[in-house]
Amino acid sequence: MRAAISGDSAAYHRFLKAVTPHLRAMACRRCDRFGAPRSEAEDVVQEVLLAIHTKRGTWDPNRPIGPWISTIVRNKLIDALRRRGRHVSVPIENVIDFLEAEEQTDPLEARDVERMLGRLKEPQCDIVRSISVDGHSIRETANRLRMTEGAVRVALHRALKALAAMYRSELRENG
Amino acid sequence: MKTDDLIDLLAQDSAVPWKIGRILGYATVVGTVIAGTVFFIGIGFRPDIASAMETVRFLFKFVVTLSLAIAAIGALLRMARPGARLGLWGWAFAAAPVLLGGAVIAELIVMPESTWVARLVGHNARFCLTLIPLLAIGPLACLLLALRQGAPSRPGLAGAVAGLAASGIAATFYAANCNDDSPLYVMTWYPIATAMVVFVGYLAGTKFLKW
Repeated sequence: MRAAISGDSAAYHRFLKAVTPHLRAMACRRCDRFGAPRSEAEDVVQEVLLAIHTKRGTWDPNRPIGPWISTIVRNKLIDALRRRGRHVSVPIENVIDFLEAEEQTDPLEARDVERMLGRLKEPQCDIVRSISVDGHSIRETANRLRMTEGAVRVALHRALKALAAMYRSELRENG
Repeated sequence: MKTDDLIDLLAQDSAVPWKIGRILGYATVVGTVIAGTVFFIGIGFRPDIASAMETVRFLFKFVVTLSLAIAAIGALLRMARPGARLGLWGWAFAAAPVLLGGAVIAELIVMPESTWVARLVGHNARFCLTLIPLLAIGPLACLLLALRQGAPSRPGLAGAVAGLAASGIAATFYAANCNDDSPLYVMTWYPIATAMVVFVGYLAGTKFLKW
């Protein structure tokens, strides 16, 4: 993370990869404890990853990263479970339908981000899809959309901030 | 979207982030400049500033207001970071009240009882209660904007502490204008003005500092 925070993209990728299994384990534990379906854990993981990303300037590289991450996880888990409070308390028949339906989807695929992507403006939405789902690089995306690489980077950065903000505003609407 | 795809996406946006400490530092400087500008354009020093500078009571006001501002800004630096403890900064908050309390006791010992009420009421209470909050608007806005880049675990509390810091800055300027120097006056009116700013900071914090 130290290298990542100074702009090393590959190191940042390795860091996020390494931390995700821990986040997933924490999210599953919490979901179990609060009676939320396991399938929601992956949504929480993605929300936490976004929070780590948008708030990485608040980590002091002279301090251990553990407490920083676990505080973010705790904060986001509480938000996420509060937001899902309604879904959690639906009648049992619905839950069974829901769980059965769930088995057909990839357990590591989350739906929240997908839903919020739809609310992003163009070209932000296009850029996010191009890089994440289709696996293009920033340069390829820039060429295809006839934008400069810098402009794509800025648009991507704004899109990620907007996604993080959407999680927050959903919490407010439901809370 | 798969989590691995999201990670690819995040790693692409690897620009060096702004450090929260630096952001808060800039916010403090800009906020102080705004408050200072309003002060020098609108209010200015008291006319007898030169002779006032030689009195202990006048100078002591700045000890109190500056210790409040410094403690609050130091605490904000910690509160904006997830998982950071307040540590000694929690104790630093005690500095301003303890110093002021000591000064009040000294004042009560030195001054005859018949002058206590006059010293406490002073001449400028109305200005104190309006000018401190007015001067605090700029610094408070700057600090709240900066805190939005941070990640305070308790948004309301962080907003309230930003209010304390803004009051400390505002009161430092105001004290250079006010000619009521008795600790009895400071102990009575400054905290009321500060409480107003803290309350606004708290409300703004619960609304704007969630992340």
